[in-house]
Amino acid sequence: MHAVLIMIAQRLALGALTLIVVSIVIFSATELLPGDLASAILGQSATPETLAALRAQLGLNDPAPVRYWAWLTGALQGDFGVSLATRRPIADMIEQRLGNTLFLALYAAALAVPLALVLGILAALWRNSIFDRVANAGALSAISFPEFFIAYILVLWLAQTGYFPSMVRLTPVTSFPDKLYMSFLPALTLTLVVTAHMMRMTRAAIINLMAQPYIEMARLKGASPLRIVLRHALPNALAPIINVIALNLAYLITGVVVVEVVFVYPGLGQLMVDSVAKRDIAVVQAIALIFASAYVLLNLTADVLSTLTNPRLMKRG
Amino acid sequence: MKNTTNRQGVTRRGLMQGAAALGAAGLILPAGMRKAHAEPQRGGTFRVGIGHGSSTDSLDPGLWDNLYVQVFAASRHNQLIEVNNEGQLVPEIAESWDSSDGATWVFKIREGVSFHSGKTVTPEDVLASLNHHRGEDATSAIKTFFAPVTDIRVDGQNVVVTLDAPNGDFPYLMSDYHLAIMPGTDGKIDPTSFDGCGPYVVESYEPGVQASLNRNPNYWKSDRAHFDRVEILSIVDSTARLNALMTGGVDTIDQVDPATIGMLEARGTAKILSIPGNAHYVFPMDSREAPFSDNNVRLALKYAIDREDMVEKILGGHGAVSNDNPIGPANRYFHAEMEAKTFDPDRARFHLREAGMDSLNVTLHVADAAFSGAVDAGALFAETARQCGINIDLVREPNDGYWDNVWMQKPFVASYWGGRAVEDQMFTTGYASGSSWNDSFWEHERFNELLVKARSEIDEDLRREMYQEMQQIVSFEGSVIIPMNNNYVMATALNVATPERVSANWNLDGFRCVERWWFA
Repeated sequence: MHAVLIMIAQRLALGALTLIVVSIVIFSATELLPGDLASAILGQSATPETLAALRAQLGLNDPAPVRYWAWLTGALQGDFGVSLATRRPIADMIEQRLGNTLFLALYAAALAVPLALVLGILAALWRNSIFDRVANAGALSAISFPEFFIAYILVLWLAQTGYFPSMVRLTPVTSFPDKLYMSFLPALTLTLVVTAHMMRMTRAAIINLMAQPYIEMARLKGASPLRIVLRHALPNALAPIINVIALNLAYLITGVVVVEVVFVYPGLGQLMVDSVAKRDIAVVQAIALIFASAYVLLNLTADVLSTLTNPRLMKRG
Repeated sequence: MKNTTNRQGVTRRGLMQGAAALGAAGLILPAGMRKAHAEPQRGGTFRVGIGHGSSTDSLDPGLWDNLYVQVFAASRHNQLIEVNNEGQLVPEIAESWDSSDGATWVFKIREGVSFHSGKTVTPEDVLASLNHHRGEDATSAIKTFFAPVTDIRVDGQNVVVTLDAPNGDFPYLMSDYHLAIMPGTDGKIDPTSFDGCGPYVVESYEPGVQASLNRNPNYWKSDRAHFDRVEILSIVDSTARLNALMTGGVDTIDQVDPATIGMLEARGTAKILSIPGNAHYVFPMDSREAPFSDNNVRLALKYAIDREDMVEKILGGHGAVSNDNPIGPANRYFHAEMEAKTFDPDRARFHLREAGMDSLNVTLHVADAAFSGAVDAGALFAETARQCGINIDLVREPNDGYWDNVWMQKPFVASYWGGRAVEDQMFTTGYASGSSWNDSFWEHERFNELLVKARSEIDEDLRREMYQEMQQIVSFEGSVIIPMNNNYVMATALNVATPERVSANWNLDGFRCVERWWFA
């Protein structure tokens, strides 16, 4: 167990280091955007005088390293400062949106992960059967269509016919069943988009193991095909599957802006796009940091979990 | 006020001809719908989906810049003066206004009106609300309106504004949507507050997502604010907006994509409101720079554009051709009798020769940020110009940063104007020498002279003459190509009723659909 703790500590330290590097990259990248916040806020109505006045008000005249340090120390304490455009605390702006994004990601994952695992295992079990081919073809077609196309098809079939709303309206008082009902179409869209990847990885990992001598042994012992897959092959196939699931979860948190736009879902992606367009640098940085943290944390978790499923890796650590 | 005579720019659509007959501000509805206008009824929750709105929207009146914040503002605030559905000024928080010499304006503040917080609206609040847009530190978009203002003071129940020169149209400037009346403390308003004296009280607001408001029980207007509750939703994607209307998620949407109007009409589940106004799309040329410094080159380009075709293809027929005139048919002194410019390759070539050229190469910078369809409009322009010996090299710019890096930076670009209620306001903002929005950097001695003279001219006929001469100058010597006036195109559910005439000054009934419309 000791070795595991050391490994986790190492991974955490590496993760933290990655985040620091990412924070520097994020900060520099937003500096490179053309135009600045003052001109973005005023837009067509900017005049040199109003621009200068607004720039001074927003503190845009400080040198970059000073602003970076102030931002980083604030962010470490959970204080991302106030939005440059609206003067609202960024933590407040992000809180509800982050909640919405996590809700949608978990909803989609709750549909997609079991579906992918079951389909993947069955496809491996009955490989090259009609079922295998249909499942593969279906999943690959779903992933090949652009997200917005799938979304519009679902709107056409399920929203315009009156089964589900085409627009998600979440308020703090929306009840949980209502939330599930209203968010069903975006969750289904995302499910269709991410299932193929996980399903095919499950199938491939299991099939890969089926050629191993110990599976042959199990078969010679007379174990049933289902038992061979679930008891003998699956535990050894978990490492790659966990990694793919983690990657897809991270995608569900960070990459769903198109789906948010189509279903008017108030998530983090839309906030990020708005903020980039308005050069609301403070908000962009905060969200980028959250996205980076989601990737780092999920990959970290995947690393740890896949190590735990494989005693050989733990011994080496 | 309204000028309905003989306007130019009737499109091929019979629909628009009907509009001309109804008057510039006229509302086009099928005849069967008209009886719905009869008696406004109270009640219901009105949900309007707007194609603007962003999480960075500000509550600061000086920074309002998109349709979402404009409608949201009109829902919770009142102004000094309202522009009614015929384009005329009517009293709002200012009960009346008057000036003996055109330079000192006295606004009498209405008594017995209260803010949502319960505080009574006083002249001091009005003073603070106006001063928010004025002074060195002001970041307001309408700071320039107050440049000629030398003093604003309170005198009993009046607010007195003194100008450095007479301006008969000053009350029009005071009807601007930025000038919300908000409660003042120590002479300052709180630009982060919702508090206003308008028809609805804010219950919740999430920028870029939605706002919910309930009827103000103490609203002073008895014949307005018919809905019990209002929800304003930001639905930026035009397809999502259309879906929301068709699936009953909202009752009204704005900015219907011209390509989908026909299909929406055919379904019969919604009605289209297509309102001709003063809004227009433009291609400004930097008049300081060759070749645009030569008026013959500018004229050649003006004759090399096919306006009719553009109205048909870019606006889907929901608009009218413009004769390079920023003053629209809804304005008082609109000059309808100017010689119309049509697509005329011979004229274009003639002006090129006059400029001493056989052919012309120019670069046009466009992005759909300028107006929806700007890139396509640029391509159409390039196509027709080629037939006149003009080679337009079309450069597609990113939407992001368009107003910073392209507009007023590159010599030949695309842009838009919302149109203004008053000639002076339009010319002063966009065409006067030295104005910060003079996007063609145009200087014209006679024009600038007339601009100042017309402002203080009392005689209506002389004034009309001056403004018409100015339109003539802008059209034939100006440096902005204005091919078309775009209609405001909205769609509503069948049970939404509107007054017979819907305002043409701004989108969504002058932003006031929320207080003027009702459920039939």
